[in-house]
Amino acid sequence: MSEPLLPIIQPNDGKPYVAGSRCTQCGHVYVGPREVCAKCTARDAMEPVHLAETGKVWAWTVVHRSFPGVATPFVDVIVDLDDGAHIKGTLVDVDPQAVSADMPVRMVFREAVPAGADKPYLTYLFVPAQGAAA
Amino acid sequence: MSDVYVVGIDMIRFGRFPDRTVPGLAAEAALLALDDAGLSIRDMQALYCGNLGQANGMVGQRMLAEIGQTGIPVVNVANACATGATAFRDAWMSIKAGMYDTVLAVGVEQMGKGLLGGTGGGPSPEGLVGSYTMPAMFAQIGIEHARQYGTTFEQFAKVSVKNHHHSTLNPKSMYRKETPLEEVMGAEMIAYPNTKLMCSVNVDGSAAAVLMSEAKVRQMGLMDRAVRVRASEMSSNPFAERQMAMPDFSGATRLAAKMAYERAGIGPEDVNLVELHDCFATAELVHYENLGLCADGEAGRLIDDGVTALGGKVPVNVSGGLLSKGHPLGATGIANIYEVATHLRGTAGARQVEGAKIGLTHVVGGGPGMGTACAIHVLEKA
Repeated sequence: MSEPLLPIIQPNDGKPYVAGSRCTQCGHVYVGPREVCAKCTARDAMEPVHLAETGKVWAWTVVHRSFPGVATPFVDVIVDLDDGAHIKGTLVDVDPQAVSADMPVRMVFREAVPAGADKPYLTYLFVPAQGAAA
Repeated sequence: MSDVYVVGIDMIRFGRFPDRTVPGLAAEAALLALDDAGLSIRDMQALYCGNLGQANGMVGQRMLAEIGQTGIPVVNVANACATGATAFRDAWMSIKAGMYDTVLAVGVEQMGKGLLGGTGGGPSPEGLVGSYTMPAMFAQIGIEHARQYGTTFEQFAKVSVKNHHHSTLNPKSMYRKETPLEEVMGAEMIAYPNTKLMCSVNVDGSAAAVLMSEAKVRQMGLMDRAVRVRASEMSSNPFAERQMAMPDFSGATRLAAKMAYERAGIGPEDVNLVELHDCFATAELVHYENLGLCADGEAGRLIDDGVTALGGKVPVNVSGGLLSKGHPLGATGIANIYEVATHLRGTAGARQVEGAKIGLTHVVGGGPGMGTACAIHVLEKA
C-alpha cells in the first residue's frame, strides 16, 4: 500500500482509517490528533478514535478552476460524519448536478496520483452511499 | 476617555503596478493622507504599517526611508485580510492609551494575478481532499446559506452587478465597468456559485490615515474635516462546529459587530452606509446577516429589493467593493475606512450617500486551518 497523502490517513495494515480524537468532556469529535479541546478548553481529555466512514453532505461546490496541475472539475464536499466529526473531501463517482444537501455518502480509500507527484498515494474519497464500489 | 479622530485619509487608485515597490506604494498613500490633513511626516509620533506579502520585510521602515526618517517607532502588522484595519486599530489604541496624539497608519499590498496560494512543493491534497482555494471555501459558505434559506445563484450574482455598478462612480476603483446579470452569471465558473465576476480582484494598492487625539484636533483646529472613530473592535474566530472542515468567518464577524454596536451605543438601523468584506459575492450576503443589516435568512430579499444599492436604505460597498475596486489584502482595511470617511465628509461626488452621518467598515480574513481575523470600525462625522 502506498504512503498516505495526509498524516491523518492511517494505513493500518491494509485496513485504512482517518484518525480523529474525541473530547471525553464535551463529546466533540475532531479530525486528527489533538491535546486540548478547542470547544470546551478541557486538557488531557482527548481520546484517539477512528473516524466514522459514513455521513451526509452539509455543503458542497463544484470546483472548475484550481491551482496549476490540478484536474478539474471536481466536487468538494463538507461532510458531517455520523460520529459528529466534520471533514472536507472530494466526492467522486457522482454527477455533480446530482449533489444535494444531506446526500448520504461513504468514505472509501483509494490510491491516486496527486498534483505535484509522480506516484500514487493513499487517500480517502467520498462516494454516494448507495451503489458504489470501494 | 476622549475620542480619537481621523484628520487625514486617502488611497491610491488600485491597479497593477509591477514596476513599483511595496514601500513606494505605501509612501504614495502616506503622503496623500498627510496632505489631506495638511500635516508633515515630522508631525507623526508613530507609524503602524500593514502588509502581508512582505510581512518580514520591515515595510514601514523602508517607507520612512522614502518620505523622511524621523526616528519614530514603527510597528509592522500582518493579520490576513484584516491587516490594514489592524494597523489602523493599533494606531487608534496607541492614542487611546495616551501614548501619542498624532499617529500614521498605512496599509499596502502588491499582488500577483490569479488564485491566492498554491500547491507548493510535493504531493498536494488539492483535488483529492476537496479544495483549498479561496473561491471554493466561499462557494461552500454560499451553498450553506442556500441550504438554510433558499438563497439563489441569481441573488448572489446580483451582489456583483451592484458592486460593479457602484465602481463606475468611483475614480479610485480598479475596474469601472457595468456587468449586467447575464454577464455575471455567464462568466467563467470558478467554484459554483461564484463565477469569475463574483470573485474579488487581486490588485496592488495602498491607503493611509492620520489619527489624532481629541485635544490635539481642537488645538490644531482640524475638527472641520475630522471623522470620529466611534468604535474599533476586533475578534478572532470563536469555536465553530465545522471549523475543521470549512473556515468560519461568520462567528468572528458577529462577535465584533456586537461589540462595535455596543461600544458606539448604536444599532444596525443607525448606520447610513457600510463597506464590508465582499471577497466573494457569496460573502456579502452572509455578512448582511452577520452585521445585523437584516434578520437571518433575509439577505436575499435585501439584495432583491435594492436596500443595499446606492439610493437604498443602507448602501453597501458604494466604492465598488473588493469585487470591483479591488482587494490588495493589506490595504483593504484602510481603503474601506477611506470610503466611509469620504461620505461622512460629504466629498464622495457622484456616489455620495446623501446625508450620511454614521458608517461602518468590516474586514474579515483567514484561510484553511488558520483561523479568522475580523475588524469592525464605526465612524461618525465629527
